[in-house]
Amino acid sequence: MRKRKILIVDDELSVRQSLGEWFREDGFEVETAPDGTSALMKMETGPYDIAVIDLKMPGMDGITLQKRIREIDKSSAIVILTAYASVETAVEALKLGAYDYVTKPVDPDDLSNLVRNILRQQELSEENVRLKEKVSELSLSAPIIGNSLKMRRVLELINTVAETDSTVVILGESGTGKELIARAIHGKSKRRFFPIVAVNCGSIPETLLESELFGHEKGAFTGAQYRRKGKIELADGGSLFLDEIGDVSPKMQIDLLRVLETRRFTRLGGNQEISSDFRLICATNKNLDKLVEDGVFREDLFYRINVFSVPLPPLRERSDDIPLLARHFVEKYARAMGKLTKEISPEAAALLVSYRWPGNVRELQNAIERAMVIGREPQIVPADLPLRLEANNSDPNERTLSALEKDHIEGVLREHDGNVTQAARVLGIDRGTLYNKMRKYGIGREA
Amino acid sequence: MSDVVYVSFLSEYSPAWADSLAPCVAQVLGHPLMKTEITVDLEPYYAPERNQYHATLILAGLLRHLPEDGSKIVGITQLDLFVPVLTFVFGQAQLNGHGAVVSTFRLKNEYYGLPADEEMTLARTVKEVVHELGHAFGLVHCRDYRCVMKASTYVEDVDLKQASFCGACRELLDTTINEETLHRSK
Repeated sequence: MRKRKILIVDDELSVRQSLGEWFREDGFEVETAPDGTSALMKMETGPYDIAVIDLKMPGMDGITLQKRIREIDKSSAIVILTAYASVETAVEALKLGAYDYVTKPVDPDDLSNLVRNILRQQELSEENVRLKEKVSELSLSAPIIGNSLKMRRVLELINTVAETDSTVVILGESGTGKELIARAIHGKSKRRFFPIVAVNCGSIPETLLESELFGHEKGAFTGAQYRRKGKIELADGGSLFLDEIGDVSPKMQIDLLRVLETRRFTRLGGNQEISSDFRLICATNKNLDKLVEDGVFREDLFYRINVFSVPLPPLRERSDDIPLLARHFVEKYARAMGKLTKEISPEAAALLVSYRWPGNVRELQNAIERAMVIGREPQIVPADLPLRLEANNSDPNERTLSALEKDHIEGVLREHDGNVTQAARVLGIDRGTLYNKMRKYGIGREA
Repeated sequence: MSDVVYVSFLSEYSPAWADSLAPCVAQVLGHPLMKTEITVDLEPYYAPERNQYHATLILAGLLRHLPEDGSKIVGITQLDLFVPVLTFVFGQAQLNGHGAVVSTFRLKNEYYGLPADEEMTLARTVKEVVHELGHAFGLVHCRDYRCVMKASTYVEDVDLKQASFCGACRELLDTTINEETLHRSK
């Protein structure tokens, strides 16, 4: 359990010393400050669980200091300490969000109860946040469907690696279920009672990614009105899932490498080193070896993250699993839409199995969702499936992969009247990737 | 400096009572205790506005009398002790340091209007002396209500806890004592 931190602000040295000693004996990490200005400087080394503030001090008084601390850190419990009890100041302090108000000298039992109540409330709040994250994780996690040899091998790898604390890199095309595998590894690991914090490195601009990962102090940049914990800090005790690690900029690669080596970092605009005990799980659809060879991805970072790799097969290489997956999605959407579950007609099943699924499981899922929405028959029939499934089945063996991909993209764009966002969603790739492919194949929006 | 832990009575106690305290504390602590006769003038530490004595200042005065071969010293007094921010303290110690002071003032039944009970006072004093020496050996408060390192703010809390360490505190104390012994032998 981490050591709780307390800041004691009082202009009397004897009060700082005796209260400090009392809290040290109680297992706290104690910092003291003789006035408001020094206290605000000490806040930089925070966060503090409790701040005990004397009401009357030369210079900045306790109420003003309380307001300033609240601007920096909303989570510290503030206790106002004074030699002169007055209802007005007590009410004002409490209105401004102080936890409580005590008069000097304090009965040790009152102080002990006050601290116990603060810690109990903070523990409950932290537990509440953890449980909410856990519930959201559980609701997001889906079972891994697949009985093919390749998927059985993946499941074996998950079981092997989950028991260790090693860094894992999950490799696979878009839509193969890399995040699902990451959550399964976390869910089977000893860290499962702590959160798994996911960050998609490919979808966030570099400057935002830095703040997202490392957090920031108040005033670190325009708009940073409050101190904010980053994903690395939030993953303390649990797992950090960095998706699309291959898309991380060279500068961010250096920052990440430093964190992975020391498990320590500083928030943006801060100077206090923070440690976080997390297990790293990465994923990418890129060929990391190639990126290292091309000098785009740092070799030292590559070796740091590539401790254990889990390659995920594309759906076309495990077509045995397609009927199982299709059945699973039919049942899932029937439940979600409040409809009766449907059988898949033999013709539709044959189409599903023979299609190459460049968007992998995500594309299959979208196709089944669409069929459940538009289908009027008691069974899913070929007419309920996207047109491209039939078009794609014409002599695929005689054509190159590029030609098939080009046709497929054109087909999907046509189906969605050139809407790139919708087409990208169906194809299971992001818009940027789709634009790149459209440029590569000379495809216009009117395709 | 050797690893002797000294106990010194800063007030007058019956010899029988005082003689029985050190062996009891030593047994719980698992470390020998030696009695030392010292004279500390406590009057400068009196605060007339509170009618109490300043524990921190007494502790500082006591430390000046730590014998050369001693690693720690604990003073026992019948006076009512305080630290500036608290209404009273049963005792005070230097965390991970060399000294501690314990008051029997509020450990006696008479303070609560009950008939005197020397055995009860002895049992309570043993617990508080062990508790404060535990702090001097670097231990902090324990959450286990039976452990002697549980914080006590009422005399009932002192009665509730036992004159023994929980497993975790015992282990930590033994490690500290062994490390201190090893450090001194070097």
